[in-house]
Amino acid sequence: MNQWKNFSKGLLKENTVFALFLGMCPTLAVTTSAVNGLGMGLATTFVLVMSNLVVSLVKNVIPDKVRIPAFIVIIAAFVTIVELVMKGYVPALYEALGIFIPLIVVNCVVLGRAEAFASKNTVLSSVIDGAGIGVGFTLALLILGSIRELLGSGAFFGMKLISGDAMLLFILPPGAFLTLGYLIVLANMLKEKTS
Amino acid sequence: MEYILIIIGAVFVSNIVLNQFLGICPFIGVSSKVETAIGMTGAVTFVMVLATLVTYLIYQAVLVPMDLVYMQTITFILVIASLVQLVEIILKKISPPLYQALGIFLPLITTNCAVLGVAVLAVQKDLNLLESVVFAVGNALGFGLALITFSGIREQLDLLQVPKRLKGVPIAFIVAGLMALAFMGFAGMV
Amino acid sequence: MAKKESTFMSMVATLFTVTLVAAGLLGTVYALTKEPIRLAELKKKNEAIQVVVPGFDNEPSQEVKSVFMDGDSLYLYTARKGGEVLGTAVETFTNQGFNGRFKLMVGFKPDGTIIDIAVIQQSETPGLGSKMEKGKSDFSLQFMGKNPATFKLAVKKDRGDVDAITASTITSRAYCDAVARAYRAFMESQKAN
Repeated sequence: MNQWKNFSKGLLKENTVFALFLGMCPTLAVTTSAVNGLGMGLATTFVLVMSNLVVSLVKNVIPDKVRIPAFIVIIAAFVTIVELVMKGYVPALYEALGIFIPLIVVNCVVLGRAEAFASKNTVLSSVIDGAGIGVGFTLALLILGSIRELLGSGAFFGMKLISGDAMLLFILPPGAFLTLGYLIVLANMLKEKTS
Repeated sequence: MEYILIIIGAVFVSNIVLNQFLGICPFIGVSSKVETAIGMTGAVTFVMVLATLVTYLIYQAVLVPMDLVYMQTITFILVIASLVQLVEIILKKISPPLYQALGIFLPLITTNCAVLGVAVLAVQKDLNLLESVVFAVGNALGFGLALITFSGIREQLDLLQVPKRLKGVPIAFIVAGLMALAFMGFAGMV
Repeated sequence: MAKKESTFMSMVATLFTVTLVAAGLLGTVYALTKEPIRLAELKKKNEAIQVVVPGFDNEPSQEVKSVFMDGDSLYLYTARKGGEVLGTAVETFTNQGFNGRFKLMVGFKPDGTIIDIAVIQQSETPGLGSKMEKGKSDFSLQFMGKNPATFKLAVKKDRGDVDAITASTITSRAYCDAVARAYRAFMESQKAN
C-alpha cells in the first residue's frame, strides 16, 4: 500500500468534514475559536490512531458478532484516557471542549475507520490511515474555528485584532451551520480542481 | 410546573440539534424524506428515554458509590449499544413491518451523539430521576421537531432550482443555519 | 481474511476480556492523573480567591467552611494577612443562568462589603451573558465596594440597584441571585462565629 496516498487521502479526498460528512457534531460545536478546533482535532486524532492501532492488532482474535461492541469499548477507553489527561494538564481547554470530549466515542468517523479500515488492514496501514484522517479532521476544525473566531470575536488564537464586538452571529449556532455550508462549497470546488 | 419548563427548555430554548449541536449526523443524513424522519424520531425517543433512565440508575447506584466515575463513558455507551440491540430484537418480534421500515437507522442510533449526550447532560445537570426522564423526553421531542421540520423543508428544496454548487449538503447546512437563527428567538422564554 | 467464529462462549469471553483490560488501563491512568487533576482544580480556585480577596498570606483553601443552601453547598474560604482576617471568599452558584448553572467567587470584607467578584465557571451566550466576565464589560465592576445591606442585589427592572447587561437580563438576574446567595451564606457563617 502506498502509505503516502494512504495518509494524504484523509486531507481532502476523504476528509472527514468536507467529504465523508462524519463527526459533524463536534465540528459545529467546538469551532468557536481556532484553539478549540485545534484541541478537539488533536484529541480526536489521538483516539483515531490508538484505536486503529489496537483494533488492527486484535482483529483476528475478536469474534465477528461482537466486533462492534468490542471496538466501542476500545475506543471508549482511549477517549477516557484523553479526557483524564486533558483534565489534569490542560484544564482550560478541557472546560472549553466540555461534553464533546466524551462524545468522541460516538464520533462516527472513529468507529467508521475501525470498522471499515483497521479491521481489514495491517497495523502500519491502520495507524497511518488514522493519522491521515485525524490530521484532515484537525485541519478542517482549525480552518472553521479560525474563520468563526476572526469574524465572530475579531480575534485569532485569543489575540484580539479589533476592539469591541465583531459579527457575533458567527460564534453562535447559526453561524456554525452557515460557515460550514459555504466551506463545503469551497472544498467541493477544490476537489474538482485537483482531481 | 417545573417539568413543563424542562420540556419547553429542551424543545425550544436549548434545542438539542439547533442549539446544543447533538444529533447532527442523523439530522443531515436521515432528513431527505418526512416519512423516514418520523420513523427515526420514534426510534430515537424510545432509546433516548430508556438509555437516560438506565444510565442514570447505574451512575447513581454503582459508579458514584464505588468511585468508578471514570468508567462513565464506557458503561454509558455499552448500555446504549445493548439497548439498541434489544430494541432491534423486540421490534423484529412484535412489529416486523416497523422494523423493516426503520431498516439501517436502528443500529445507527448507537452512534447518535444525541443519545449519549442527553444521558451525560442529565447526570451533569444534577437532575433527579424523574427530572432526567422528563429531560430525555423533552430532548427527544426537540430532536423530532428539528428533524421533521427540516425534512419537510428539504423535500420542498428538492423540487426547486438550487444553484449547482450548493446542491445537496451545502444548502442543507445553510437552511439549518437559518432554522437555528429562528430558534434563537425562543431565548428568554423560560 | 477469515472471520473468527462467534460461539456464545467466545463472544462473552472476548467482551469480558476487552472490558477488563480497558478497565485496568483506565484505572491506572486515573490513578496517575488524580493528582494533576486535583492540583489543576485547586490552582483555579486559588486564582479566583486571589482576585476577590487580594493580598492574603495564608492558605484560604485550607480554611474552608461549607454552608448548605438551596440544594447545594457553598464554600467559604477565610483569607488572612498576618493572622488577622482579611476577608472571606465565597464560592457560590446559581441555577438560573440562561444556559444553566454558573459559579462565582465573591470576596467579602469582614463587614460584608463586596471586595470583588470573579467568574469561576459559566457557559452563557458568548457576546451577551458572557459579558459578566471582567475583561468583557464593566458589569461586574459595579458591585465592588458595595454592601448588600444597602445595595439591593437585583436588576433595576426588578427594583434593585444593579445595572443589567444590555440584552442579557436573564444572565444579570442570575448573577445577582448568585451574589445574594453568597451574602446570605456569609452572614449565616458570621452568626455562627
